[in-house]
Amino acid sequence: MKTLADLKAIREKAQKEMKLRNANVRIKVIVGMGTSGIAAGAKEVMKTFLDEIATRSLTDVVVSQTGEKGLSSMEPVVDVVEEGKPRYCYGSMNVEKTKRVVAEHLVNGNPVKEFLISTEE
Amino acid sequence: MSIKRIDLLICCGSGCVSAGALRIKEKFIEVLNKNNIYDEVNIIETGCMGPCDFGPVLMVYPEGIFYTKVSPDDAEEIVNEHFIKGRPVKRLMQQEKDSTLATKEEIPFYKKQIKVALENCGYLNPERIEEYIALGGYEALVNVLNGKPEDAIETIKRSGLRGRGGAGFPVGMKWEFVNKAQGSPKYVVCNADEGDPGAFMDRSLLEGDPHRILEGMMIAAYAVGASEGYFYIRAEYPLAITRIKLAIEQAKEYGLMGENILDTNFSFDAFVRTGAGAFVCGEETALIASIMGQRGQPIQKPPYPANEGLWKKPTLVNNVETLGNIAPIFVKGPEWFSSMGTETSKGTKVFALTGDIRNTGLVEVPMGISVEELIYDVGGGIVGDRKFKAVQLGGPSGGCLTSEHLDVKIDYETLKEKGAMMGSGGVIVMNDSNCMVNIAKFFLEFSVDESCGKCAPCRIGLKQMHEILDKITKGRGKPSDIDELVTLGNSIKQLSLCGLGQTAPNPVLSTINYFRDEYEAHINDSACPTKVCLDLMHFNIDKNKCIGCSLCARRCPTSCITGSRQDKFVIGQVDCVKCGNCLEVCPVKAITKESGMHPDMKKHLEKLAQEALEYN
Repeated sequence: MKTLADLKAIREKAQKEMKLRNANVRIKVIVGMGTSGIAAGAKEVMKTFLDEIATRSLTDVVVSQTGEKGLSSMEPVVDVVEEGKPRYCYGSMNVEKTKRVVAEHLVNGNPVKEFLISTEE
Repeated sequence: MSIKRIDLLICCGSGCVSAGALRIKEKFIEVLNKNNIYDEVNIIETGCMGPCDFGPVLMVYPEGIFYTKVSPDDAEEIVNEHFIKGRPVKRLMQQEKDSTLATKEEIPFYKKQIKVALENCGYLNPERIEEYIALGGYEALVNVLNGKPEDAIETIKRSGLRGRGGAGFPVGMKWEFVNKAQGSPKYVVCNADEGDPGAFMDRSLLEGDPHRILEGMMIAAYAVGASEGYFYIRAEYPLAITRIKLAIEQAKEYGLMGENILDTNFSFDAFVRTGAGAFVCGEETALIASIMGQRGQPIQKPPYPANEGLWKKPTLVNNVETLGNIAPIFVKGPEWFSSMGTETSKGTKVFALTGDIRNTGLVEVPMGISVEELIYDVGGGIVGDRKFKAVQLGGPSGGCLTSEHLDVKIDYETLKEKGAMMGSGGVIVMNDSNCMVNIAKFFLEFSVDESCGKCAPCRIGLKQMHEILDKITKGRGKPSDIDELVTLGNSIKQLSLCGLGQTAPNPVLSTINYFRDEYEAHINDSACPTKVCLDLMHFNIDKNKCIGCSLCARRCPTSCITGSRQDKFVIGQVDCVKCGNCLEVCPVKAITKESGMHPDMKKHLEKLAQEALEYN
């Protein structure tokens, strides 16, 4: 390391690994991991989110989990929460759908309308 | 490739480790593997999070859930409920009256604290330099190296930072002395010889955020023109030693330490020296002698270490916590630092809260906070239904404050004025069951043991004081003893060579000052008002309550309790060894502790004295 710029490069890289502890995340993805969610494949959905986010180096997105939402017929259910925007809720998710949500919603900011089950203001 | 979705921070400060934190970590690894989500969770061992009384403690991010008093058996539930199903386990959160406190921010213990030196402690992984850098680490060093040493000294001067080791000498001034001193090479020494009973600030800092201390040392070294640094850490702190050594290695790997750092003319290397745990080695000249391999004894000042220190070269000695405050002052500015605290004492201070207090642990509060806020708001008040009696500040070198002083603002000058001292930050809180004469004797005993023996006032004087105190607690004190203690104490303070002797009489002098009546009760009435001194209290059986069950008599190791179901039982006071067994077993609570020597015992002692006289 020779300059402040070098230090900043190391810092940025290291910050990615610590982003879970940082309160300033842009988007929070919440996967419903109740019993019926898991039975419907929520674990694979969760895993896909994590893989896709890692591959695309989305440093400002965190993935978290929640319990049963009560909508068992639409499981796995995923919420995408962003400051100042409505809360988008996707239903009947699977690995393929997850990849599209990551690309279109998380990266480009366009919610994937056909998978949405609700939009809460 | 997969990224982690959960950061599990396990507090691995010494308190939590002894409460089983490492077993919890193993159990988590096992349970996570069983559920196939081990690679989704980052398990991080952090330094002390502070509330040691609630240990072992864990934090789970991104939610920031704070779990207390966790046992290995809870790992299963946390993983299944929280990590998999997203339902944080309420049972393990901090409970306050009728509400559950999920995150750290909600817990009152943290509310009045401002973390400067402890900013990252309990938050980052102390064994990874990358995490320290991610949190802005080493930026201060890089910026300082691009400026002049004099500017760095000026910044510290403007911040008003004073030495955190106890004496409170202005840090900027000390740096300037070493900077201007003639001689080469120059050295920087980090004093981590933390020895007062009940103090663990420096250890926690070194264990929890070693890179911050290292960065502080390197900035100091650049400012004073030093090229080598020494960490003097006591051997009782093996984890602190390991972590600081690792930090030095990592800094070298990243080119932050070594020859011509960042292409400047500044070269620096650091070493660790372990001390054998002598309290006197916290004194800077004794510490320097010990680093050089000599016997740890203080020498007369001047010359000060700033001019003639390690190997007779100019040496800067700063305490761990002092160095922990350096980097943030450069990052956030000296004005930010001096905006906290009082007129003469700026910034924050780390305290180790111990004793009869609810939230024992490590806290950092702004200077000028009142004793009441520290004990009641941060510390949670006194355990059980006891009353607050006194608080000892500054360990064996400090003095006590009483309930009259609850509104006293904690800063260097005010504490000194009241007969206590800031010291390095040990705070021992005592409830009304403590005998102050006994407490004074305890601290003095420590100083007698730790006196290096070089100068007579400390070596002989402290021993004399201890003997007088011992006599007082055994009921053989004379009315003139109190004045004798004051005279002796003041002479020792004036005549001793180093800080140990100059401060060791403080616990005695301050307890005489505030609790003279207790000393008088011991001497004049042969009574220990708190029933702590065994010779000055006795056990008594209330005949009206006694049911004659004989349990006490059967448990008595000296068979001094006699009686029958009709006559009830009595204690033979002369043979009683005050073990307290009888009090514990009595089913009707007929046995009580009473203050004062029993008349039978008094008569017995008088008879013995008479016989001794006749024999001679």
